[in-house]
Amino acid sequence: MTLNAQHVPAREPLAEHHHGLSALEVRHLTAGYAGIPPAIDDVSLRVPVGEIVGLIGPNGAGKSTLFKAILGLIEPTSGEVLAFGRPVREARAEIAYMPQMEEVDWDFPVSVLDVVRMGRYLRPRPFIGWSKGDREAAMAALERVRLAPFASRQVGQLSGGQRRRVLMARAIARGARLLLLDEPFAGLDAAVQHDLLAILDDLASEGRSILLATHDLSCVANSCDEAICLNRRVVAAGRPEEVLTEPILTATFERHLLAIPQAADVVRVVDDEHDHRGTR
Amino acid sequence: MIDWLLEPYQFEFMRRALLVLAVTSAVMGVVGGFVVHKGLAFSGDALAHATLAGVAVAFVAGASVGLGALVAAVLTALGIGWTKGRARISSDTAIGIVFVAMFSLGILILSRRQSYTPDLMSFVFGNILGVSQSDVVGSAVLAVVLLLFVAACYRELLLVAYDPAMASTAGVPSRFFEYATLVMVAVAVVVALKAIGIVLVNAMLLIPVSTAALFLRRLPSIMLGGALIAFASAAVGLHLSYYAGVATSPAIVLVAALTFLVGLAVTSRRGVRLAAAATEGALE
Repeated sequence: MTLNAQHVPAREPLAEHHHGLSALEVRHLTAGYAGIPPAIDDVSLRVPVGEIVGLIGPNGAGKSTLFKAILGLIEPTSGEVLAFGRPVREARAEIAYMPQMEEVDWDFPVSVLDVVRMGRYLRPRPFIGWSKGDREAAMAALERVRLAPFASRQVGQLSGGQRRRVLMARAIARGARLLLLDEPFAGLDAAVQHDLLAILDDLASEGRSILLATHDLSCVANSCDEAICLNRRVVAAGRPEEVLTEPILTATFERHLLAIPQAADVVRVVDDEHDHRGTR
Repeated sequence: MIDWLLEPYQFEFMRRALLVLAVTSAVMGVVGGFVVHKGLAFSGDALAHATLAGVAVAFVAGASVGLGALVAAVLTALGIGWTKGRARISSDTAIGIVFVAMFSLGILILSRRQSYTPDLMSFVFGNILGVSQSDVVGSAVLAVVLLLFVAACYRELLLVAYDPAMASTAGVPSRFFEYATLVMVAVAVVVALKAIGIVLVNAMLLIPVSTAALFLRRLPSIMLGGALIAFASAAVGLHLSYYAGVATSPAIVLVAALTFLVGLAVTSRRGVRLAAAATEGALE
């Protein structure tokens, strides 16, 4: 079953961006491992410039595989990926990737600033290393996620919500125009989630484009301009209120879902800055 | 006291030993930083043992034994890199198989000779006092090349060690630097081989850096601290072995291990409890 809802832009794109040019365009992408059915099958999608697009689907729906195939971390069986009209390989400076938390080694001896500065890597500069500009961009990104006071901490000393913000800062520091965020909200309480969403909103209003994978339907309903339901194939794509309907969600999650999330303001309960849980 | 400290160094071989240990320590600190924090301990051990095949072949063929060790270590490093990401068997299993196979090949070739010659045994257990002028030069050249490579590509090596997926997406040739990291370990093993020996070289990659990591929180300082701890352990071990008349390389490793235990006890309550438990066990 495939339902394709008509897309209507929820946000006016900024004037300096070309109309019609997508930040990301995925065409008929199929990827997976040999000998088993492909993890993603003939997936096509678009991320318009300046929009937040939420990718939802159950575990095993192929969200992470799709990200990896888009980024060229795994070789797709077939299909094509264009970022700003160019192959991803040629657009690396324009793309920032935020992996799932579990994929990062939090015990590694690096400071918060070290991690964020990694986002600035573009090309080899033998014997020179990071520039002053890299440091400034990293600090500015840390300011933005309100972690600047933690710059010299070892990353493992941060709480779960702070770690997530470090990875977000790393993506921001790159100065990329397209951000791919894999499960940026998993395991966060409502307050921290609200903070991150506010940052994403800011980034989008600067004309940056965001594709985020999530389980959180209410976040998609509240904050995304567009939703894509994935279950190995694209089940539906369009504005959240058009896509987050009972029949589509049932088809996506392969079971009957009664509750459809309603748009509602999230009340901020605690300030994460005062929440120094040791998670080691 | 001063006499006690300086007396050993009136001998040329002791000065040479200290020099080669200084070179080795710098390499152990820097490469050990990657080994410990990228989880390559098993690879380090495998690479060390695999060198025996190269040593044996070179010895029989009359070629440079150091060169033989280097070729064997680098080939094994490339082999280990190749098994990663090929999911049929786990990487650990593949490394385990390659390393025993290479070690066995070395023993097999050597068993054809009527007696183990002292020169060969020096590669297995280390023979710091038998280090020749050309051994020192060879180790120093390899060490300089290796340290220059790390200085040139530190950002790439760090990104790949910390987060390979992100490194790839940022434009780092991850695959190349995964291999490069393993080849660095191979070269480090060869630098230390004559001084420390196949069996114990991995200890010097792991222990000093682990001790430094108890106290320090960033990779460059851990590398520097590891190198200093390695050299301090080496100097103390060398000195003790001179006066006690025991083998040098196990003396060095034991000093390093003792340093680690002290560091552990100092830095963590858990360490204190462990040490207490160990003392209790010793008293019973």
